Amino acid sequence: MSQHGEVWVFAEVDAGRVADVSLELLGKGRELAGILGVKLGAALLGTDVKPLAERLFAHGADVVYLGQDARLARYTTLPYARVLTDLIRDKKPEIVLYGASPQGRDLAPRVASALKTGLTADCTDLQIGSYESAGRLYQQKLLQVRPAWGGNIIATIVSPDVLPEMATVREGVMHIPEPVEGRTGEIVEVPVKLDSECDLVKVLERHTQPRRVDLKAAQIIISGGYGMGSKEGFALIHELASTLGAAIGASRAAVDAGFIHADHQVGQTGTTVRPKLYVACGISGAVQHRAGMEESAKILAINSDPEAPIFGVAHYGVVGDVRDVLPKLIKALKGKL
Amino acid sequence: MPLRIIVLAKQVPDTKNVTGEVMKPDGTVNRNALAAIFNPEDLNALEMGLELKERYGGEVIVITMGPPRAADILKDSLCRGADRVILLSDRRFAASDTLATSYTVAMAIQTHLMPYDMVICGRQAIDGDTAQVGPQVAEKLGICQVTFADAVLEVAPGNRFRIRRDLGRAQEVVVAQGPVLLTVPKSANSPRWPNAKLLLKYRRARSGFEVEAEAKRQGLTVDQVVTDLRKKGLFIETWGAEDIGADLARIGISGSPTKVKKVENVVLAGRDLKLYKNDDDGVRALVSELVEERTFG
Repeated sequence: MSQHGEVWVFAEVDAGRVADVSLELLGKGRELAGILGVKLGAALLGTDVKPLAERLFAHGADVVYLGQDARLARYTTLPYARVLTDLIRDKKPEIVLYGASPQGRDLAPRVASALKTGLTADCTDLQIGSYESAGRLYQQKLLQVRPAWGGNIIATIVSPDVLPEMATVREGVMHIPEPVEGRTGEIVEVPVKLDSECDLVKVLERHTQPRRVDLKAAQIIISGGYGMGSKEGFALIHELASTLGAAIGASRAAVDAGFIHADHQVGQTGTTVRPKLYVACGISGAVQHRAGMEESAKILAINSDPEAPIFGVAHYGVVGDVRDVLPKLIKALKGKL
Repeated sequence: MPLRIIVLAKQVPDTKNVTGEVMKPDGTVNRNALAAIFNPEDLNALEMGLELKERYGGEVIVITMGPPRAADILKDSLCRGADRVILLSDRRFAASDTLATSYTVAMAIQTHLMPYDMVICGRQAIDGDTAQVGPQVAEKLGICQVTFADAVLEVAPGNRFRIRRDLGRAQEVVVAQGPVLLTVPKSANSPRWPNAKLLLKYRRARSGFEVEAEAKRQGLTVDQVVTDLRKKGLFIETWGAEDIGADLARIGISGSPTKVKKVENVVLAGRDLKLYKNDDDGVRALVSELVEERTFG
């Protein structure tokens, strides 16, 4: 018997599916639970969500804490926070992880405040390690790694004296391990106690747009920046991408300038990607952008400024105006492929 | 129906404008060299509050917690149209994490500013990017929260707020029973500029930290100066731990469960970069290399 409590993941349900970020967290949670020698739990709330437990088991959960109630049909802050807070008080997990999605970032701070516990936002890595303060050594604590100051620093945060240790984790940063189909676990049905305060907010309408592009799944991404000059200039990115069957990415500057829709944005406020090849065209490489792409297997940077920070993370580089280099690249590729 | 609106604001280092001058020779950022600015999304929160006041009447009160110089963003708020501003400042508030900050702000509201109709804050601050203080203040106040609120469509009788939310992939319209706390993204509006007349008027606004120097300069007692400033609407109320009845165990470092173990500056990885010439031969060589490395499949 370990002296630690369980590691939990809040299983976010999005349009009847378990959100990708929750599956990513189960992968990381599995690893953390293994180090601590404890079970991996998933908190699953909603109406008729029991069938989703199977996915959570396949992705590594040992226990699914299932809270079902008609009033949980749609995510709203107060009922979800209430049920989760009660559940955490009752079962006393060691660690609780949430996706840093709009839902996770709405829910987790509310729960942390009610429990008077620590919460670290938007982590990009989690580890188990020690922490020393005022001559006291804390062992097997959750080390929560996150960028701050616009990505200019990386901080490691711990919550040494309180439980549970809680963090939200950026979407797309952790890998989703291969599921083990048929893997099973225990389902624990939990009571749902809600009172009238939980009815303070009602959702009247909800519209969702499908993602225009799935950057996370792309093998090759051609990304354009402000250096593309204009929306018309950005056509070269489309041409190169279609030559390679690649997805199209963009820097924030290109999105802000209106060259392309925000769905294509790579970086701290966009999507985090790790394709086999990332081609950065006319992107200077601000720290916020690099944070979203520097783990790509290979990076090719094309920029007219030889001092641009993007060359600091690139494997291949061409110094030159993208509008001059890209047509040559497209021509060479068409001859080769 | 007039609304009493409390806006939460923060003074932050300008992390989005890291220029050459603030870079140290080792490629890291000299944090002390960054300018201190009004957190951008808190300006959107203030704008939303001012627009609601214009629509429904009422008052806008801006609170900030920070060092004495954070009074600068309060003066700025006055010049944009805020009715009243409050500086929460005390050495014992220093090093607060989001839990301690939300406790302090909630105590200030509960001890001095009841009753209110809404609390509005920016979605997140650009130094920490946590987006946590808003929801945590709402929890401490025991009121509902609507995060990512980009428009208040209507305030109906009975304090029912119809609010639009921008969730990136989704838009929602919700109805919330007030009092309500909103967090506001930058897409909500374009903040107004300070008003020239108000700039002139509030040039002489002073916080509790500035009255002593002012008294000395004018040869008056501190009390006289404060009374005079108050009369003219130029005194920036300044509250410390005792003024808000704070439990000292729940503020500052002692009230902050999260601790910073380590901070590293981000430096460029400095990979082995293979450069290719910008001519037909160079680009062909690059393509050959990419094909050999099986980068394409």
